[in-house]
Amino acid sequence: MAGKTIIDKIWDKHIVESIDDSTGVFYIDRHFIHEVTSPQAFAGIKKRGIKVARPEKTVATADHNIPTQNQHLTIHDELSRLQVNTLSRNCEENGIELYGLNHPYNGIVHVIGPELGITQPGMTIVCGDSHTSTHGAFGTVAFGIGTSEVEMVLASQCLILSRPKKMRINIDGTLGKGVNSKDIVLYVISQISAGGATGYFVEFAGSAIRSLSMEARMTICNMSIEMGARGGLIAPDETTFNYIKGREMAPKGEEWEKKLTYWRSLPSDPDAVFDRELHFKAEDIEPMITYGTNPGMGVGITGKIPALDELNPSDHKSFLKSMEYMGYQPGEPLLGKKVDYIFVGSCTNGRIEDLRAFSAFIKGKKKADNITAWIVPGSKQVEAQAKKEGLIKILEDAGFEMRQPGCSACLAMNEDKIPTGKYAVSTSNRNFEGRQGPGARTMLASPITAAAIAITGEITDPRIFLEEPELVS
Amino acid sequence: MPVEKFEKLVSSCVPLAIDNVDTDQITPARFLKATTREGFGAKLFCDWRYDPAGKPRPEFVLNDPTYKGAILVAGKNFGSGSSREHAAWALVDYGFKVVVSSFFADIFKSNALNNGLLPVQVSEEFVSQLFETIEKNPEAKVKVDLENQTITNLETGSSEEFEIGAYKKNCMLNGYDDIDYLLSKSKEIEQFEKEKV
Ligand code: SF4
Repeated sequence: MAGKTIIDKIWDKHIVESIDDSTGVFYIDRHFIHEVTSPQAFAGIKKRGIKVARPEKTVATADHNIPTQNQHLTIHDELSRLQVNTLSRNCEENGIELYGLNHPYNGIVHVIGPELGITQPGMTIVCGDSHTSTHGAFGTVAFGIGTSEVEMVLASQCLILSRPKKMRINIDGTLGKGVNSKDIVLYVISQISAGGATGYFVEFAGSAIRSLSMEARMTICNMSIEMGARGGLIAPDETTFNYIKGREMAPKGEEWEKKLTYWRSLPSDPDAVFDRELHFKAEDIEPMITYGTNPGMGVGITGKIPALDELNPSDHKSFLKSMEYMGYQPGEPLLGKKVDYIFVGSCTNGRIEDLRAFSAFIKGKKKADNITAWIVPGSKQVEAQAKKEGLIKILEDAGFEMRQPGCSACLAMNEDKIPTGKYAVSTSNRNFEGRQGPGARTMLASPITAAAIAITGEITDPRIFLEEPELVS
Repeated sequence: MPVEKFEKLVSSCVPLAIDNVDTDQITPARFLKATTREGFGAKLFCDWRYDPAGKPRPEFVLNDPTYKGAILVAGKNFGSGSSREHAAWALVDYGFKVVVSSFFADIFKSNALNNGLLPVQVSEEFVSQLFETIEKNPEAKVKVDLENQTITNLETGSSEEFEIGAYKKNCMLNGYDDIDYLLSKSKEIEQFEKEKV
């Protein structure tokens, strides 16, 4: 019999009962909730006259729909206030731990889970948010769910699921100067398309992945949903264990040793078989940027938007619609195009390493006058750490403005909207039409690329600034 | 939420020949502030349907009286992006019972099924033929038969099978929902926790 993949190892351990060959009752170890996709689920269980089955396994935060300025004041927008208050009431009535606005642990749901040590290898984790895949960086089966499923987990701590197909994406080799994990994932999506991994759970493997820090791994798993994958994960190793050790909710003492033995058993067996396996070379990856309206529409920053004759005729209609929205022409180069906004933040690139990389790049330089920049830490703890390390001072000296933690312009539910027709280079994960505000034109890139563009005011290859060795990332 | 039973449907179609329709287009984020499930149909495809002043854009298919029906036919990779179930609520509230595409994003598929909206995944050829048929005759009818897992273009007679898991099919045919099932398993879940968690 062939060996098992890490995905199957975790999956099998969580099957409560099989319903038929492909479907079963699946146990959830950790459930994260936030204000936007949970109210209807709580209303649902209330209507049934039941309470949350395992409140200690759910953790709540307010992140999607909160202001990023003056968080100490009452939320100005009436509907947002109602949603945040509804979350507080639901958590209180059901005994759920809430890291609400102004709590020192508040932040974007996928930033706080790892930073508090809640996310641990081998777990099954769900949240009513598609970027739950972020937690896969720790070797977990973590995926986004809809509100009906949030209700199921609240009611029973379980879901009814079918086993996904398995894909392994191997990236081997050494990354070039100025190229980082955001570029890896944008590159893979550009190669396999925004639907290329639909129906699969993905394991990311290979020497380039192994050499990444935990935060960089989170960026990759975060965007696995952007290639259509149900979730993405990376086998846990010493980097993972070192990251978790000592965190607030990490196992301690004897418990730690016991867990460690289990965690070490998780990686895919050498003879495990995947339904699909892909290989990429790290050396082929440039700093990436997107030019269209889905994350698969990306190229190396020195490249060009594809010309029509490079595309399948059946794709022309959607492609041209996207070009019209972006105000670009097929076949154009991207370097030198004007940019209006920079957004640094989100669960993709709003962690401390991202702020460190961005400020190391900015240090001693000035923001271009045509750029409005919003820098939004992923959590209160990231904000506090950035302050402690003097990063905020560096950014302010260079003309940048810091906001308070939250999802902010990643989905533009609050006031942080890019105005119609303006171009934004964003370290977030989605460049869909209107994602950052109605009519907003988004280009996705890494924090370093965003930094280079913030300095010049136009699309720029960050490598031209990277002569000094200490800036190599 | 108990879902409506689904057995067979014969209807004309609304064509949306765009690939990668993401859930941000189906229901833009600014409408996610609601704390109830109702009323999302009015917001369906809002930014394609209305201009910034709120006036209907005549070129968008939902504003074209030529096309009506309970079946939405869409380009490939429908429902990608955000997990927001509001997208499924909006489609159902607007009156759609079936979405046809050559492939669907995974989370959207579960959200649709949990709301009695049937995602019918067929070949790209079947979808492009269907677009042609609708273009020629906007009133052309399509039949969706869940029991037999078939979809038939009644204008051309061409038919294709589609897949659905046995469990979900049974739920759709009978209007069952997963929560009732899960609640009936509380003993087994407790036992599982004692032994394995
Ligand atoms: S930062 Fe963006 S992608 Fe991440 S949870 Fe918030 S809205 Fe979703």
